[in-house]
Amino acid sequence: MTSAAQPLVEVRDLVKHYAAERGWFGLGRPRPPVRAVDGVSFAIGGGSTLGLVGESGSGKTTVGRTMLRLQEPTSGKVFFEGSDVFALDGGRLRGLRRRMQIVFQDPYSSLNPRMTVGETLREPLQIHHLSGEVSSLLEEVGLDPAFAKCYPHELSGGQRQRVGIARALSVEPRFVVCDEPVSALDVSVQAQVLNLLADLQSRRRLTYLFIAHDLAVVRHIADTVAVMYLGKIVERAPAADIYALPRHPYTRALLSAVPEPDPRATKRRIVLSGDIPSPSHPPSGCPFHPRCPHPKKNERCRTEVPPLREVPLQSGHLAACHFAEEPMKG
Amino acid sequence: MLRVRDLKTYFVTEHGRGTARAVDEVSFDLYPGETLGIVGESGCGKTVTSLSILRLVPEPPGHILPGSLIEFEGRNLLALPAPELRAVRGNQIAMIFQEPMTSLNPVFTVGDQIGEAAIIHQHLSRKAARARAIEMLKLVGIPDPEERVDDYPHQLSGGMRQRVMIAMALVCHPKVLIADEPTTALDVTIQAQILELLDRLQQELGMAVLLITHDLGVVAGHADRVVVMYAGRVVETAETTELFERPTHPYTEGLLAAVPRIDAPRARLHAIPGQVPAATAWPVGCRFHPRCPYAWDKCVAQEPPLLETGVAGHTARCWLVTEPQRRQAKR
Repeated sequence: MTSAAQPLVEVRDLVKHYAAERGWFGLGRPRPPVRAVDGVSFAIGGGSTLGLVGESGSGKTTVGRTMLRLQEPTSGKVFFEGSDVFALDGGRLRGLRRRMQIVFQDPYSSLNPRMTVGETLREPLQIHHLSGEVSSLLEEVGLDPAFAKCYPHELSGGQRQRVGIARALSVEPRFVVCDEPVSALDVSVQAQVLNLLADLQSRRRLTYLFIAHDLAVVRHIADTVAVMYLGKIVERAPAADIYALPRHPYTRALLSAVPEPDPRATKRRIVLSGDIPSPSHPPSGCPFHPRCPHPKKNERCRTEVPPLREVPLQSGHLAACHFAEEPMKG
Repeated sequence: MLRVRDLKTYFVTEHGRGTARAVDEVSFDLYPGETLGIVGESGCGKTVTSLSILRLVPEPPGHILPGSLIEFEGRNLLALPAPELRAVRGNQIAMIFQEPMTSLNPVFTVGDQIGEAAIIHQHLSRKAARARAIEMLKLVGIPDPEERVDDYPHQLSGGMRQRVMIAMALVCHPKVLIADEPTTALDVTIQAQILELLDRLQQELGMAVLLITHDLGVVAGHADRVVVMYAGRVVETAETTELFERPTHPYTEGLLAAVPRIDAPRARLHAIPGQVPAATAWPVGCRFHPRCPYAWDKCVAQEPPLLETGVAGHTARCWLVTEPQRRQAKR
């Protein structure tokens, strides 16, 4: 069904707002909703990886969870292999869930401490009546089959994350949301897990949505990169383009914030001031304008929301900045 | 300023599974005004080292073995009676912890928590302590410090909480600051802010900083010298630029190659095979030999001492220093 022209997964104008509680025990004035995801669109081709990058509170995790219907959307559509994910129910939704899986950030809290690794991996096989074997799953993620008898607390962080990956793969998915799968791991273990994810992708022709807060990690796995800020995608481009010449000042700042293992690195570091604003009170105009270091920032940035548009002469490179044609140097 | 010699901190494990030799004969010096990075993976002993300096290791199950020395301004901290130790801890040597969420007390305002050390160590009045807390919040770059001083930790973002932790540590103007993974739980942009803040404060206040991290990228931009730890041992020390230009221990080499880089094209990352062994059963011989690409029979038979590499201040616990041709042969 999926051809080169048709993406495996497509997200169209996805919105997820969380209704804020009323103050005064439910009697006060309603507060503005938290706009966690505010109109996000992208497509991922079969067998490729989209890296979704942003700070805490940017909405990147909510995008991943809403796509799998672990949360219900406020509006928008998600298509998987051409079918509308939000229109499915009952058995058809369960069938879909088998083909869309997730690997969570925290391998400590996403495994049941009372179940052995073997039980954890066997459960999805039984639910979906699959014939997979626990031992071959463990071998595929680089663990000795003897680990099947272990409980999660007996494993290191990297081993637990391998179990989390094996659990996602057990039901033979086509699409996996990797929600910060290496953020909690040490660098050397992080490299092992990233390599494993890349190997599994080529062996099983998996499609990934790879969520991260670190552009350096994403560089090693993504074909396309989308950067989120306050619920919106502010830049999206083929990976090589976005690292060579980022068009949005926020992407530029994220890139410069990555600590490089080179004491002689002379790059100018752009240190953003302040925190990401509250998604229930996003700034007017460009949501990034209060922290933006672009020298040409002006009144227009404060009043007019820049649309996500293709940068002229840069096919496939989209940026939501009034000055995308004149990117910041540095 | 701070001299650590032959520090051994062991833990007795439950169910008699043996003794975990978490820190095993660790020695290093911290000079006035410098930043010394201590780098290693989880389980290498870097955090236990820092806790041992302030005698914060829970006893039992932990104990610091006789023969260990931690000398600060001519006194062995390990031999100080409790009241004298308390006068050093939090006053002359302060510490910031990895998790600002769990290290702050949720039922006291940040002003109370920052001022507490000043009341105890410098006998300030409550009013003066509050004024000092506001001054400290300003110093660490928190906007509207007069209002934030009455906030509770849950009202602040992660980056702000880490700034409050730094303000708490610096309130008595310590001579030594121990920063244990100060940015690990933070976003990259906030991490850059906090590291820049620590650099600035160090210059303004002239303190020595012990920066403990698993991230060589953090060390590269912010430390003057680096101590690399593996399996409870120091395996390499050097000045920062020297270490990154000529990493000598294969573990340092592996760690450096494992860092994802934004300036490299998409490629497989180098990964060190296997994992850190358990502290109850370090391998015999060189403790890194089961994971080392160069290891030969000598490495299994005999643990190397810290050997001089020929560059001043650069030592490595590896037999390759004596037989460098073996490294060439592998390449």
